[in-house]
Amino acid sequence: MKRSFALLSQFAIGVIFGLGLIISGMTNPQKILQFLDLAGSWDPSLIFVMLGGILVSLAAFYLARKRTEAWFGGLVEWPKSSPIDRHLVIGSLLFGIGWGVAGFCPGPAIVALGSGHVKALVFTCMMLIGMLIYQQLGSQIKNRLH
Amino acid sequence: MHIDWAAFTPIPALLGGIILGLAVALYIHLHGRILGVSGIIGGLTKPQAGDWAWRLSFTLGLLSSPFWAGLFFDLQAIQIIDAGWGALIIAGLLVGFGASYGSGCTSGHGICGLSRLSFRSLVATLTFMGAGFITVFLLRHVF
Repeated sequence: MKRSFALLSQFAIGVIFGLGLIISGMTNPQKILQFLDLAGSWDPSLIFVMLGGILVSLAAFYLARKRTEAWFGGLVEWPKSSPIDRHLVIGSLLFGIGWGVAGFCPGPAIVALGSGHVKALVFTCMMLIGMLIYQQLGSQIKNRLH
Repeated sequence: MHIDWAAFTPIPALLGGIILGLAVALYIHLHGRILGVSGIIGGLTKPQAGDWAWRLSFTLGLLSSPFWAGLFFDLQAIQIIDAGWGALIIAGLLVGFGASYGSGCTSGHGICGLSRLSFRSLVATLTFMGAGFITVFLLRHVF
């Protein structure tokens, strides 16, 4: 029973997150690209999205800092602190370039897919393929770059 | 650089951001997880036993959000996608590969990481933001 509630909660939080993306305008690639277009007609809106998101999340993480167990059970999965290495930087560079090409990142792409946009389907499929490629070749690439 | 005041929407942006933060808050307290979309979805490409149902639930919630937005808030999301098919293919591959390689995306590093005061996420965020700025500059003003 608790497991069903946990799955329902996951669904609900997905909806909430999607609503946040929709209301903030972050599901609109044109708006994202206008934020990234510093030399053009600049739309700073994304700054305010991050501001709102980070302020609330700051409080949430601060309150959760001593948590070891989640409300639905199970251990809290705090990310292990890993070093800042070239993989973090290269990955972020590639991600940022892709973001700048189409104005989509994972969350907004899924929402746009849910709205029925064929272009979002193309992006999402390629995104999943990109993830799969990393999962298959990632360790080989990392070894080569050492 | 000049600001497009007509396009600038600080209030909905702030409100939307707060709602994103609410989702992050619920996720860490109820489920004990960082709300990083690329990480959640990434785990679905190679589903592990006992590890996929929650990922699918979250993704379905995200996918269905436009429906709920229309139903409860009479909100139709404006989505103007100018990218051509080639651009979408390249962008998708880069975003998918890059997020996996860099261990996170805008939600994972940009919101959760920064809110956890993670220096690592700061580096990641500044890097992908910079790459985004440069990419758009090149595509719109150089080439």
